[in-house]
Amino acid sequence: MQQQDRIFKWVCLGCALLIGVLVPGIFLQLGLDSAEAWQKFGIGFLWSAEWDPAQEVYGAWASVAGTLYTTALALLLAVPLSFVAALFVVESPGWLARPLSYCVDLLAAIPSVIYGMWGLFVLVPLMQEYVQPFLGETLGLMSLPGGEWLLGEHYNGFGFLTAGIILALMILPYMSAIMRDVFRMTPPMLRESAYGLGCTRWETTRDVVLRYGIRGLLGGIFIGLGRALGETMAVLFVIGNLIESPEGLFSGGTTIAATLACNFAESDGLQRSSLFALGLVLMLLCFGIQVAAQYYLHLTGARRGEAR
Amino acid sequence: MKKITLTGLEQAPRRSTVFRRLWDVLLSAFSVFAIVLSVGGMGWILYTVLRHGAESINWEFLTSSSKPYGEPGAGIANALLGSLLMTLSATLIAVPPALAGGIYLAEFGRENRLGNVLRFCANVMMGVPSIIVGLFVYVLLVVTTGHFSGFAGAVALAIIMFPVVMRTTEDVLTMVPVTLRESALALGMTRTRTTLGIVFRAARSGLVTGVLLALARVSGETAPLLFTAMFADTWPGGFFSRPTANMPVLISEYTMNSPFESMHAMGWGAALIICLLILFINIITRTIFHEKQH
Amino acid sequence: MKNNIKISARNLNFYYGENQALFDNNLDIPTNRITAVIGPSGCGKSTHLRVYNRIFELHRNQRATGEVLLDGVNILGPGVDLLDLRRRVGMIFQKPTPFPMSIFDNVAYPLRLHYKLNRSEIADRVEQALRGACIWDEVKDKLRESGLALSGGQQQRLCIARAIAAEPEVLLMDEPTSAIDPVATLKIEELVLELKQRFTIVIVTHNMQQASRISDYTAFFYKGHIVEVGETARIFTAPSCKKTEEYITGRFG
Repeated sequence: MQQQDRIFKWVCLGCALLIGVLVPGIFLQLGLDSAEAWQKFGIGFLWSAEWDPAQEVYGAWASVAGTLYTTALALLLAVPLSFVAALFVVESPGWLARPLSYCVDLLAAIPSVIYGMWGLFVLVPLMQEYVQPFLGETLGLMSLPGGEWLLGEHYNGFGFLTAGIILALMILPYMSAIMRDVFRMTPPMLRESAYGLGCTRWETTRDVVLRYGIRGLLGGIFIGLGRALGETMAVLFVIGNLIESPEGLFSGGTTIAATLACNFAESDGLQRSSLFALGLVLMLLCFGIQVAAQYYLHLTGARRGEAR
Repeated sequence: MKKITLTGLEQAPRRSTVFRRLWDVLLSAFSVFAIVLSVGGMGWILYTVLRHGAESINWEFLTSSSKPYGEPGAGIANALLGSLLMTLSATLIAVPPALAGGIYLAEFGRENRLGNVLRFCANVMMGVPSIIVGLFVYVLLVVTTGHFSGFAGAVALAIIMFPVVMRTTEDVLTMVPVTLRESALALGMTRTRTTLGIVFRAARSGLVTGVLLALARVSGETAPLLFTAMFADTWPGGFFSRPTANMPVLISEYTMNSPFESMHAMGWGAALIICLLILFINIITRTIFHEKQH
Repeated sequence: MKNNIKISARNLNFYYGENQALFDNNLDIPTNRITAVIGPSGCGKSTHLRVYNRIFELHRNQRATGEVLLDGVNILGPGVDLLDLRRRVGMIFQKPTPFPMSIFDNVAYPLRLHYKLNRSEIADRVEQALRGACIWDEVKDKLRESGLALSGGQQQRLCIARAIAAEPEVLLMDEPTSAIDPVATLKIEELVLELKQRFTIVIVTHNMQQASRISDYTAFFYKGHIVEVGETARIFTAPSCKKTEEYITGRFG
């Protein structure tokens, strides 16, 4: 009997160790395969914006900056929205909260490639016909000083703003699911005592619920951030796929994941090694984000939004 | 008894409640707006998929293989079959070790350092972008064997499923009351039989739900298949040795990389089928969970 | 006597959805006295208290009918300013509920919420409130530390300080010592006795010794009805109802 238990434990441990091998394994593989690029370009690879297969010169900046730009846009749009959406779900009565929760979960289950094609066929024409002309000309942002820096020189529907909107729509359900759980963990008596002092709902939320759950909220935001950083398909369809540094909200560009998806299959030699180096950069970014997310979620005991 | 001297506030200037109330109304309006936007966004996406997709779905579409542009009688059956094969093999590859790993975390790795490290690794792994997994499997299987294959795609999907199933298993097992475990052990059962016979049985519906949700999640994954399974206009004959057709890559090839209206229409049709499958899985999991609660 | 009544409930009924929890409650709360509300658990004593500042309205399906007059004005009527009502009627809960902020900010919170005061006035009033709650000496050197770092009894006195800082007229206490150890409970009882010089206090308690030690008047609730009201000394020595006698002698509850 003892024997059986020992074998059982070792088998389970062996399977669990697979995950412990996988994470370092991915780092190792990306490191080894990108060694050539790092040797050739050194650490300067990170901030060189050139990407010229004809000259065999490669730099990460265009992709890295594009990744950070789209992610920042997505968070800017999605964080306030998911915050208040979670608030709404928590405060609404059961008959409304349950279907809403279900919708949010379903939204999280739609594959990113479908977001991507919806973006391409619905959002891109919409941006080109209405949104971009409205922002650029009707509101006159284009002619303001700095307008070109903000928006870019021309527009065709594709670009960072479109990608940011799609990404925001994608990460919104994840983040609001986590935030919803964080809000539910606030002790009801604490909320009541804020109302008991004469607080409005907004004041209770800002001064008590938000402060109480701030770490869980940060954890949720980091989870969303991680998703947005590494998302490939939804961005690939609408970003424009030009390996150029971002020039404004309407300008086309690329992200690390989109660069990989577009160029990896036909690459070889130094270009392939440079693509692996880009992969390593993305992996490091996501790793850092995950560590932060786990730290904050661990502090509050909130669970992840995935696999629910 | 000392005198309490809390007085004088009646004369103090009061803050106007007008702005305080205004903010409150604004917050309410904003949260309604956010809900309308996210639910409306979902409705819009599903409506678009349904409207465009329904037009192209017919018997031929569902039963014929995909063909290069221009050839008549094209369908998506080969991609559907390829996707089915890949997700099923991914499930076979990932689920048994993931369940065992989850058992380790829940039963043996609760408080110790190794358990915490592995749990952390699983959490990190859930956040690894799927395209990175694609690169990893490309080097691991495509470069070493010399060809793209459906099997490589299945392994990539399995790697994505693994941490999700493992953590869900742990969470579900942890929710089984300790007293149930203790009473089984007190009857003289071994740890093995307690876990597999009693705890697993108690947690069964949760485990099934976890696996199904992981399945739903990978069935739409595209990025990791781009460099592993790729795509082919053939039936998935050489699952281990040749590029294999699958739904997500078909959608992205037919919509993003094709200028032809007829291929766009097929892409929408494929998108509708995937959405229906995922919706179906979600409804099943809901039903299982619902039954459990009664 | 008439103008010494601070709150008076008239034909107060209360419903949780379909279930009626309070039946035709009539109760007068005298000014600057301590009124204890006792009764077995589930008898509606907390429910009754939660009508006085309309905190029950946070929950769906809960509603009250009848009248509750605060200084002669019906607070259940239309057009009542809820924010102002809750400024005038403070509340202390079963468990300490310090906000996740510093001790100072906890007490300053209601002041900043309702008034335009400058820094020194706020600091002044925070000290007064902390002194009033008999906790000043224990926290004066750590005002910037989190309120959550205090012990349970200290946290509850901090919450009392927060409640009295905005100078309400009435203090509602919903079993304020049920989560507190006996020594800290005695301190809070002493504090409540001092506070009655300045505030009208209604205290719900399941502890009959506590009610007899500190209250001037006692109301006995049973199954949503007010069975008996009177001076505490009389209720505990010569109750006129049989139910009251059975309860205070410990035969049920």
